[in-house]
Order: sequence, then structure tokens, then C-alpha cells
Amino acid sequence: MFDFSGLFKKNPPSRDVAKERLKLVLINDRTGLSPRTLEELRVEITKVISKYLEIDEESLDIQMTNTRSEDGTTVVPALIANIPIKKVKGKATTRK
Amino acid sequence: MGEVIVITSGKGGVGKTTTTANIGAGLSLEGKSVVLIDTDIGLRNLDVVLGLENRIVYDLVDVVEGVCKIKQALIKDKRFKGLYLLPAAQTRDKSAVKPDQMITLCKELTKEFDYILIDCPAGIEQGFKNAVAGADRAIIVTTPEVSAVRDADRIIGLLEANEIKDTRLIVNRIKMSMVKRGDMLSIADVIDLLAVELIGVVPDDEKIQATTNRGEPAISDTKSPAGRAYRNITKRITGENVPLMDLEENKGLLGSLIKVFGRKQDK
Repeated sequence: MFDFSGLFKKNPPSRDVAKERLKLVLINDRTGLSPRTLEELRVEITKVISKYLEIDEESLDIQMTNTRSEDGTTVVPALIANIPIKKVKGKATTRK
Repeated sequence: MGEVIVITSGKGGVGKTTTTANIGAGLSLEGKSVVLIDTDIGLRNLDVVLGLENRIVYDLVDVVEGVCKIKQALIKDKRFKGLYLLPAAQTRDKSAVKPDQMITLCKELTKEFDYILIDCPAGIEQGFKNAVAGADRAIIVTTPEVSAVRDADRIIGLLEANEIKDTRLIVNRIKMSMVKRGDMLSIADVIDLLAVELIGVVPDDEKIQATTNRGEPAISDTKSPAGRAYRNITKRITGENVPLMDLEENKGLLGSLIKVFGRKQDK
């Protein structure tokens, strides 16, 4: 599962919790993607990217979200991945 | 040619029937001719909400089965000029009507009336399919609760699949004080989640209970905040550009402030 500890730490208003929960539920309902499938996807993506880049697996975040389609008329699901890169493999450059 | 609007929600108990009754009465106050069709066969309620329960002779099933003519089944509301009710049958079930029969009926009614409002039953089965079959537009009613919003989202998807492109949202029973406290989803939250255009916001109003007890639409009660909201919604349906009520604007503004604040907290 996703790490939501940061989200709940400060005991946010129930309204925000409701919104966050709904976001995920709606994505699952719309796409038929279960949290388990997403987790499998996360593992696979990590594997592939790790071949080329050294990534910070701890802070890796992948989630489904909704976004407006290009013409702005419909809402489509989108996969958002935030993958902090530590190092490009084979090069000495580091990214902060 | 009249327009057919289905009022739907997915979840039960969010205020579809009350909304249908009030918008119907509101449209008649705007000088429009309106037929309200209760498609909740077996669990009809639009008749009692409108206070017309004692005047039912024929119903929707009688009409589609050819037992009577459409005109014979329409109950004229004596308080609202041009408002008619086509009640649902109470002793049958949803399978007594087929979607193509609804399409035919709606087409027939649009020849003579400006608006046909269809009160959709809860759920996504046969009753829903019947209700949306003949509709040109849809109004989705939701309350700021997780279950209602979730079901509304399902309905939006199903309406798209049914090629109903013009879908608008009513957020019902909003409690400004609870939004402020951070204990209720705001209008902005709901729109954000459902990504559908808003047609109005109805504040939680005890007067709805009282007017429904009497079988009178709240829209005729000038002191009722919900009644006022319904009057605005009615005008927007007819194409008038009515700004959101003060109450609603405050909610929107506050909503976005709390949202900004909330996001900061998350980090």
C-alpha cells in the first residue's frame, strides 16, 4: 500500500481524509485497478527503472489520479509517478 | 420540442424525489409546462412528496401497456399551472417497463410539454436504465458524503456510456458550518472529485421536512433557503445565468481556503 503516514500524522480534518479516500476509491472504481495491482505495477516499474538509474525506493510514489483530457471535455485517469533519482548508473553525477 | 431531463444519483436517500418535485414546481412558476415521471415502480414517492397521492387513477405502467391514454394518466397539479405528474405503479416492479417504451413515451410528451423530468430510482439496474433511456440531459444529485459521491461517480460513468453528454451536478444538504469545521466535503471538493459541472447547491434545510410533511414543494416557501436554491437551479435549467447564492459563494471561497491550508498541512 501507499505510505500515507505523512498525511495522517497531523490528524487532518475528516473532510480531507474523506477527499483522499474518495480519490483512490473513484480511481479504483473507474479503472478497475485494485490497490494490489497498483502495488505490483510499482514493483515492476521500480525493477525496470533500477536497471538504468539508482532511485530512492523509499520515497518512490506511484498513484493513479484523474486529469482532464487534452480537449478538456472529459476526465481521464492518469498514472503519476514521482521517482527521485539518486544517481544515473554509469555516471558520477548525483541529483539532489 | 420539449426537453427530457433525468434526475438521478445512484445512492438512495440523497434527495432525488424532493429535487424533482421542486424543480418541476419551479419550472411551472417560470411559466413552463412540465411533466414529472416517477420511474420508481414499486416504490413510488413523488406522488406523496407532491401531495398528489389521493388523485392517482392510472400510472406509468398503465400508459406503456396501453390500458389508458397518456393524458388520462397525467395528474394536474392545481397549485402549479402547467405541472403534471405521471405516477409510477406501486404493485408492479421495474421490469414492467422497457427502455424503448420510455423512449417512445418521452418523445410523445416532448411534443406537448416544455420539460419532462424523470425521477430515477436508486441503483443502476433496470429502473435506472428505464429512467435514462429517453433523457436528453441529466442532473445528478449528491450529498457531500463519501458514499453518495462514490455512487454519483458511477452514475456519471454510466450516463456517459448511455451517450448523455449534458450532465450537471446538484450538491444537496450542504452544511456550511460543518464545511468550515473541516467535517464535511466542500462544494469545491465534490466538483474536484466528480469533475462535472455544477448547476446548484442546496443547503441543508429543516423546512424541507416540514414542507414535505404537508406535500408542498419548498420552492413556494419564500423563507426556505433550500427553496431559494431550487428557484435558482430552475432558472439555470431554462438557460438563465444566475450567480450562486451568497451562502454558496462563501462556501466556495472558504472551501478553497481550507483546501490550501489543508495541503500545506500535508507536507
